[in-house]
Amino acid sequence: MSDYGFYLWGSYAVTFLLLFAEIVFLMKRKREAKA
Amino acid sequence: MNWFWYASPQTFYPLAGRIALGCGIAAALLAAAGLYVGFFVAPTDAQQGEVYRVIYIHVPAAWMSMFIYVVMACWAALGLAFNTRLSGMMATALAPTGALFTFIALWTGSLWGRPTWGTYWVWDARLTSELILLFLYLGFIALQAAIDDPRRADRAGALLAIVGAVNIPIIHYSVVWWNTLHQGASVSMAKAPTVAAQMLTGMLLMALAFWAYSIAVTMVRVRCIIREREA
Repeated sequence: MSDYGFYLWGSYAVTFLLLFAEIVFLMKRKREAKA
Repeated sequence: MNWFWYASPQTFYPLAGRIALGCGIAAALLAAAGLYVGFFVAPTDAQQGEVYRVIYIHVPAAWMSMFIYVVMACWAALGLAFNTRLSGMMATALAPTGALFTFIALWTGSLWGRPTWGTYWVWDARLTSELILLFLYLGFIALQAAIDDPRRADRAGALLAIVGAVNIPIIHYSVVWWNTLHQGASVSMAKAPTVAAQMLTGMLLMALAFWAYSIAVTMVRVRCIIREREA
């Protein structure tokens, strides 16, 4: 795992960060649309 | 049930809220199950070692990138043919998530490629056509953002989405039509899977999780669009 940790965790970290960011931006847009 | 009842944005709005909640919960549960199977049940790959576990997000993300585009193009075509407001809204709501999954497929593929192929990127048919898909999504989003009138933006975007759909079979068959560094399909409807059953289970659970996630965020986004346009 140690040899390839960067590639494996780099994939998972960026994926879940992007999905989380999409949810955060969407919640912000939802609040603005309701205001 | 009269499905045409839900063709109106106002009547679809509450239904979209219920779908978003159900799919959001399903996505979280399926992702937890998929990651558990992928990391704790599926064995280490004999040739690639642990780095193969990138496939649990790379393959489902690549599937979603193509599937969302097809659904987006279908909504766009419906909007052009029947001039229904909800169709354009659905196509608009799908594009950002489709672009996101296309980027994830390219990013994770690149990080998997470096240790297994020895390079982050090659201009082979599969990778290049997937990159074109990302540009199609970004072009669709930019085109719609550039036009003030939402109905005109929907029609312009629909044309681009429909023309761009020709890229989907090119991506899918690129590994068959051309001699690519990217390997052939891991899972096919026409033949038995070439991966171990636990690996396949993890991959399918993650694919269902991404599917449920996509539906949930699209429903939340289409509710925002309905509120913004119909206010």
